[in-house]
Amino acid sequence: MPCKILEKERLIPGQTSKLVIDAPHIAKKAQPGNFVILRVCEKGERIPLTIADADPERGTITIVYLVMGKSTALLETLDAGDSILDLCGPLGKPTHIEKAGTVICVGGGTGIAAMHHIAKGHHKAGNHVVAVIGARSKDLLLFYDELSSFCPEVLVSTDDGSFGHKGLVTDLLRQRLKTDKTVSEVVAVGPVPMMAAVAKTTEPFGVKTTVSLNSIMVDGIGMCGACRVSVGGETRFACVDGPEFDGHKVDFNELRQRLAAFKPQEKASYDHHCKCTCAGEK
Amino acid sequence: MSATAERKPAGGRKIAPRVDMPCQPAGERIRNFDEVALGYTQQMATEEAKRCLQCKNPKCVKGCPVEVPIKDFIGQLAKGDLEGAYRTIKSTNSLPSVCGRVCPQENQCEGACVLNAKGQPVAIGRLERYVADTYMALDACNYLSAKLTCPAVDPDLRVACIGSGPASLTVAGYLSSRGIKVTVFEALHEVGGVLVYGIPEFRLPKSAIVEKEVQALRTQEVDFVTNWVGGRTFSVDDLFAEGYRAVFIGVGAGLPRFLGIPGENLTGVFSANEYLTRVNLGRAYAFPDYDTPVYQGRNVTVYGGGNVAMDAARTAQRLGAESVRIVYRRTRDELPARHEELEHAEEEGVILELLANPVTFHGDEMGRLTGVTLQRMRLGEPDASGRRSPVPVEGDTYDLPTDLAIIAVGTRPNPILLEATPQLKLSRRGYIEVDEETGETSIPNVFAGGDIVTGAATVILAMGAGRRAAKEIRRRIQGDG
Repeated sequence: MPCKILEKERLIPGQTSKLVIDAPHIAKKAQPGNFVILRVCEKGERIPLTIADADPERGTITIVYLVMGKSTALLETLDAGDSILDLCGPLGKPTHIEKAGTVICVGGGTGIAAMHHIAKGHHKAGNHVVAVIGARSKDLLLFYDELSSFCPEVLVSTDDGSFGHKGLVTDLLRQRLKTDKTVSEVVAVGPVPMMAAVAKTTEPFGVKTTVSLNSIMVDGIGMCGACRVSVGGETRFACVDGPEFDGHKVDFNELRQRLAAFKPQEKASYDHHCKCTCAGEK
Repeated sequence: MSATAERKPAGGRKIAPRVDMPCQPAGERIRNFDEVALGYTQQMATEEAKRCLQCKNPKCVKGCPVEVPIKDFIGQLAKGDLEGAYRTIKSTNSLPSVCGRVCPQENQCEGACVLNAKGQPVAIGRLERYVADTYMALDACNYLSAKLTCPAVDPDLRVACIGSGPASLTVAGYLSSRGIKVTVFEALHEVGGVLVYGIPEFRLPKSAIVEKEVQALRTQEVDFVTNWVGGRTFSVDDLFAEGYRAVFIGVGAGLPRFLGIPGENLTGVFSANEYLTRVNLGRAYAFPDYDTPVYQGRNVTVYGGGNVAMDAARTAQRLGAESVRIVYRRTRDELPARHEELEHAEEEGVILELLANPVTFHGDEMGRLTGVTLQRMRLGEPDASGRRSPVPVEGDTYDLPTDLAIIAVGTRPNPILLEATPQLKLSRRGYIEVDEETGETSIPNVFAGGDIVTGAATVILAMGAGRRAAKEIRRRIQGDG
């Protein structure tokens, strides 16, 4: 059943967009940490995207994506009023949330949007949520306003120093952990190197660290094992056992290598798409 | 057939040899995904049908999990009554064109055929396929004419099926033709379950066969809802709250098993489920026209000896591999795959690496698979099941280069629906426990069948389970009349 796009916002033109989609059946069940699998067109690939927000009353879910290959490029051609051919969810285990004190939610790149839903969940549970977000520069920073609307603290770092701290999110995180002994958990969502760095930063402090993994998936419902990841030496499936795992136990190097498994085909598919669209085909 | 022939099956009358199935030549078919077995012509089918002895107590029917009246349909076919033959099959089997292609007939109907004593059983599967295909091709209206004899569907008598594989399709066919409204919920974007994501196009054409069967169900007012995941998008309780009178769970086998050896998460090591789902559901053989990619292997190794292993090996062969080896720890005689699949695989150049067991996968600095170490095995003493168990030959290991390894050693239960429905009683192995007579689970009016009950098995066993549950559901909803 196709699902209609109600709103589209180009957060970073040509690069990152936000879609609000009419999907009451998913919105009703979606919890922080869940994701969806979608397919844009009849010949399209199934791709997983984390749910950035859900509004059960309005019957909508929000997703944010970075245009990085053919499927997201196709998604970017859709506008408000268009429909997504297949949308399936909510998938994955929801984030484990309990009232525990201070929770630091770290986000990088489009991971900030995914982290937003988790931060909101912790806030609703009564936790003091400190958001730590980073981007290369101020223009590329996502969801600052959304997070500021409920987080008592939003700490920002940029590579070029155009906003907040000049440097990395892990600098801010380390500083905070050194001075704040009330932190009960750190959650990190973003590029693999960032999540690995966060886990490394928190380890000496012995703070529970949860990461949300973006493995390659085909079905997203536990059938194929494409998303398998080593956690504490055991093979786990991100789609049904995760996508969130103990950051101190994840083999990030293996994850990085597995994410690159289809690089040549992804490039071929994207080039084929660009060639076709330039030649005027659809 | 004459009474004499029946009394003296082996001696009184000379039985013609079994009619061979025409196939695409191996050299051609490894370059395409078209169906391998081309089907009987009318002449071949009639000739083969006439080989049937029309036994007084046909053993073949007892060998069939859904008890197709085999003797009757073959008798009708021998007399040229195609429509009658079709109706006879369809009276107990809702997916004849599928079963004619994928059933392990040698262990079922054909294995029980009296002519099997001489290794030449009646080709029941091929005849079933002929009847279904030919009838369907005659006229789509005719194909569905059975509908005219069906009562109108009562929109208030609603039954839900979770999963759209052969078990659920059977339930839907049985109930809808008896006036019950069925809705089938499928988690993927296409209907058919294993018939779509698992069994390759060259063995079971998707649009020609599976879609037609599904379309026939749609005309019987069965609704299909795709992208709805039982246990995530909705729960079993939700269905009862929405007014469904009974629920059938046919969610299939789930999580792939891996070997548990070092190097298994290297890129280039796939579960057969992933490899086949990419190619079958994602149509990766047509990449980049279709967007789903598949790994291109030069030296492919497949681990396991069942039908799934054969499907994966033959798929890799068609995608242009230089060599494809099936690594199996026992001998050719113990291979559990359907005979025809094994024969076809060998004709297509698949190599059997027998009495070998993988020990370690090796990779390069980028984490890509480059080779495998295999342990040579020999057959030891028979185990509890009577099969001789393979034992390692001490110190005898060897290496093979491989850049694509496909693991086809079975599955474990998919946890999604089971975790979301904690009231469901599970077996020790983690599958759903059901009443043997009715297929009912520990939750009243919730039934289950197929691989989620038995563990990975066959299409026809799933259909048998679907039929059993459907009979009970109908009895409960409409009474015994």
